[in-house]
Amino acid sequence: MLDSSETETLLEVSNIEVIYNSVILVLKGVSLKVPKGGITALLGGNGAGKTTTLKAISNLLHSERGEVTKGTIAYRGERVQELSPEALVKRGVIQVMEGRHCFEHLTIEENLMTGAYTRSASKAAVNADLEMVYNYFPRLRERRRSQAGYTSGGEQQMCAIGRALMSKPETILLDEPSMGLAPQLVEEIFGIVKDLNEREGVSFLLAEQNTNVALRFAHHGYILESGRVVMEGPAKDLRENPDVKEFYLGVSDEGRKSFRDVRSYRRRKRWLA
Amino acid sequence: MSAEFLYGVEVIINGLMAGVLYALVALGFVLIFKASGIFNYAQGVMALFAALTLVGIMEGQVPFSHIINATFGTDVHNFGWTVPALLAIALTLVVMIIFAWMVHTFVFKHLVGQEPIILFMATIGLAYFLEGIGDLMWGSDIKTLDIGIPQGGSMWVENLSKHLGGEDFYGFFIDKLDIVATIVAIVLVAGLIVFAQYTKQGRAMRAVADDHQAALSVGISLNFIWVLVWSLAGMVALVAGVMWGAKSGVQFSLSLIALKALPVLMLGGFTSIPGAIVGGLIIGVGEKLFEYMIGPMVGGATENWFAYVLALLFLVFRPQGLFGERIIERV
Repeated sequence: MLDSSETETLLEVSNIEVIYNSVILVLKGVSLKVPKGGITALLGGNGAGKTTTLKAISNLLHSERGEVTKGTIAYRGERVQELSPEALVKRGVIQVMEGRHCFEHLTIEENLMTGAYTRSASKAAVNADLEMVYNYFPRLRERRRSQAGYTSGGEQQMCAIGRALMSKPETILLDEPSMGLAPQLVEEIFGIVKDLNEREGVSFLLAEQNTNVALRFAHHGYILESGRVVMEGPAKDLRENPDVKEFYLGVSDEGRKSFRDVRSYRRRKRWLA
Repeated sequence: MSAEFLYGVEVIINGLMAGVLYALVALGFVLIFKASGIFNYAQGVMALFAALTLVGIMEGQVPFSHIINATFGTDVHNFGWTVPALLAIALTLVVMIIFAWMVHTFVFKHLVGQEPIILFMATIGLAYFLEGIGDLMWGSDIKTLDIGIPQGGSMWVENLSKHLGGEDFYGFFIDKLDIVATIVAIVLVAGLIVFAQYTKQGRAMRAVADDHQAALSVGISLNFIWVLVWSLAGMVALVAGVMWGAKSGVQFSLSLIALKALPVLMLGGFTSIPGAIVGGLIIGVGEKLFEYMIGPMVGGATENWFAYVLALLFLVFRPQGLFGERIIERV
């Protein structure tokens, strides 16, 4: 297990505030750290601000009329929030967006090749990386000539991750990889993420609603609620935390509760500590 | 073979050649529409502007000479040199690329994410602005464009095909210019397809056409791709402008060829390069054949409306056009 206090911090987000359309305040001061070589999970329910946090980092907010109004985002100690997504990809930070977003009319292989767009690598180097991606995702090799739009959800998720890998990233911002996938497939994809982390040394910042799976694979976790970090800690501790168990894992010391009871409990107890 | 039939064949051949030119104009629309969702009303004017610029450069005209003379009281019109056609074409291409960059930087960059109708309005404005600038730069008189493309009926084709018919058939009459235009158009289209399918930038172009956000996320610069697309459309406009200009002189009516491209787009689909080509050919052959066979019965001049009627029929039965991008929908 990776201990974040001992390793170098790659990405540091301090107290950012994000406003959409100049009026809608979505993040109200989020701070987090992504250590080198770790898998950091960003957990929380719908609308908690996970996706917005990732997009604030990768600078994809602009095209959605969002803006970081306060706080700083630093990568390797350097302020990066004014950079274009393109410049950030060149520095090794790439986002895999929620809902896959493959290029539907391009083949799987063409999709992967677009990931290498910012690199000025030789054809041989790109082909070697293509081979590496196919080794991690053998299914993609089988479907390499199919239009991405006609492949399954799981294959599209693999394609999206593979596409990001083609940019030779240091950090991947992975948004909701489990979305709409069967449990078995979720396991498979998380397994590959872990492999990539351990063997290729890619650091991950992972936004996930599936707390259970995410905390099993991550080293460190942050829990977001209504645009604020309400809890953080090593994944192991979070897994054992009674509140997390109650709210996010759906189990408590008294055993499983019915969903109705959980909700009423939640209404009684406010989180903001 | 009867002369009747052979004249029909000649009409079809001429229709195909006209169709290639329609396809060329339609291609310009498709390129921009696919990559940015902008329906570029100014495509026709771009062809006119490109042709005007080409003539101006070839004849060594001083751009904006009217304004210069009016302001400084000078009397300059000409540099006094002529530029060879090929060099002039290259220079015009540079002008079109600069134009593409300006259009993007000063107009569409600021309109990203706006409603399609607003983008469309912007292109209408652009069309009239460009027309005005064209007049201002090169004057509004009708010019002849001669870059050395042979014109007139091809004797070679005529002699070759003479023996097909009997006494009263004199062989196919096919304009040499049309032959050249067809070859150039085919080469251009083939080049564009190869570019889109097999190069890095072409792939990025198609990626942007599919999903802007995802393209941004992998580090493709939308600004660069959009300038690229407008430049390609400018290049296509130049070729179309040269061919039509050589045929009927460089004048305002050249910009109306855009109107010919609309039914082609309805037929072929707004997002398909092969669609633009096949659509162009169908419209070209259709309108010539209709004029030849039905025209005399209804008093002629059917070429102006036939294409639109055909396109309307298509809109009713196949709204996405013949080759409109299949909407991939998974459940």
